[in-house]
Amino acid sequence: MSLLSIQNLSQSFDGKPILDGLTMDFWEGHIHAVVGPNGAGKSTLANTIMGLHGYTNYGGEIFFDGQSLRGVSVDARARMGITLAWQEPARFEGLSVLRFVGAGSKRKDPAHVKGLLEALGLEGERYLHRSVDRTLSGGERKRIELASILAMEPRLILMDEPDSGIDVAALDYIFTALSRLKNQGATVIMITHSRAVLEQADHAFLMCNGRLREKGEISKIGRYFIDRCIPCDHINEPDEEESIL
Amino acid sequence: MSSSDLVAALLQSIGVDNPHGLSDNTARIEVHENRVVGLKLVPGLKVDADETDDGINVEIRVEAGVRLQKPVHICFGVLPEDGRQHIDLDVRIHQDAHASFLAHCTFPNAVDVRHTMTAGIEVEPGAHYAYFERHVHGTHGGITVIPEARVIVHDDAEFTTEFELIKGRAGQIKFDYETLCHDRSVVEMTARISGRADDRIEIHERAQLLGDEAKAALISHIALRDDARAEIYNDVTAYGARARGHVDCKEIVLDRAIAKAVPMVAVHNPTAHVTHEAAIGSVDSRQLQTLLSRGLTEDEATDLIIEGLLSKKARWTKD
Repeated sequence: MSLLSIQNLSQSFDGKPILDGLTMDFWEGHIHAVVGPNGAGKSTLANTIMGLHGYTNYGGEIFFDGQSLRGVSVDARARMGITLAWQEPARFEGLSVLRFVGAGSKRKDPAHVKGLLEALGLEGERYLHRSVDRTLSGGERKRIELASILAMEPRLILMDEPDSGIDVAALDYIFTALSRLKNQGATVIMITHSRAVLEQADHAFLMCNGRLREKGEISKIGRYFIDRCIPCDHINEPDEEESIL
Repeated sequence: MSSSDLVAALLQSIGVDNPHGLSDNTARIEVHENRVVGLKLVPGLKVDADETDDGINVEIRVEAGVRLQKPVHICFGVLPEDGRQHIDLDVRIHQDAHASFLAHCTFPNAVDVRHTMTAGIEVEPGAHYAYFERHVHGTHGGITVIPEARVIVHDDAEFTTEFELIKGRAGQIKFDYETLCHDRSVVEMTARISGRADDRIEIHERAQLLGDEAKAALISHIALRDDARAEIYNDVTAYGARARGHVDCKEIVLDRAIAKAVPMVAVHNPTAHVTHEAAIGSVDSRQLQTLLSRGLTEDEATDLIIEGLLSKKARWTKD
């Protein structure tokens, strides 16, 4: 069953189309990957679904659990169960990990937050009272952000480049967290360039130049992306006539 | 009101319900208006206080080599709606002594209260002195706070001060601190203040890095709402070889509030290095969007971001 349905979605900035007639269905309780070259519109898609400032003036429709998201604010979308993990998480100077992770959670007690951190390989006692600032590495911030998302118990998680800026060991914890979310019935949409991340997904969508080129099995989409999109010398000018699979 | 009742009332206003909750070996000085209403000393700490017409003159000495294990608790306050309190403070931390002071300044009912302080502070070679000033103000904004301090930090000495408004309206705050920093001394001065309504905040902090390898950081984190205004003038001038200085001024401005920051840095020695960082504006969009995407409302998210800015954890950290 589709939790998120996108119909003929278009988005443009300064007259330049970034998303062009996208129609996609994301099934509930599945992990989906959206792949494509830089500039394909993947992050714009995630930001538009989240309804971030500057991304609300779109064409087409986005339905979440059958309800149109047009005119629904970011925080209202979040309270419906949609959330976004940024490629590079924001820093919050002075704000403790405990306060940040607990911010969107019904349970704000230290024991709960500590458990979430430890599920992501971060020793709770060491991090609870640290500030979410530049003293944390990119990988630590990424995992703390994911802890804040686990704390929300969301229904739909948009993850923009979940492996960006982190080491292999940390990535394993992120994959474990993704499985946990899936097992809880959540739907995950990962924006990625990475084969390792792609392999965690159940289905994949391939985007190029703001359009959906293909969808389907990970193996086929992944192979095409690795073999054809990465070395592609005509970025975001797809071969219109070619069948990609 | 008896002295013991005044002590109880002062402490209650800062959230200490039981004056005996402070342990027996905690040194204490409590001053209401121009009366010293409580005083307890520990070995190595000397305090002489003289009452004046509108306040007190206090002389504080920490003897050479003494390490005070617990912070000395100071409470200055004016409990009525109006009043004047001037504190003339003369502090000398003798050689190699270590002492920290937690000073609560409480004016919980202020409608027309003026609290001024003139301080001369000398931190002798190898000594460490920390002064944490926590203010409790009323809701009227009828409080004027004007502290002025001249601080000499000798060779290998450290001076840390933090000014924090923990409750109530800022009212009118204008402070002026100047530090002279000798060889290998370390100075860190921090102010964390939230202003609203027609509050006015003016901060002048200067650190002169006279000595070789002297270090100073001047940090001001201010949040303003409504029609509040703030002006921050932080000045670090380095003369000593390999001296290091940093000015960090961050202000969040909401509604019709106005903020001005003037970081001034100067270097008179080619081996010295002084940096500054000033950021004024509304809440950071990325931080806001992140918290919105966790389901917080815009007001809740803004409050949380400001909580971080004004937190003790929001210390200057160098890249």
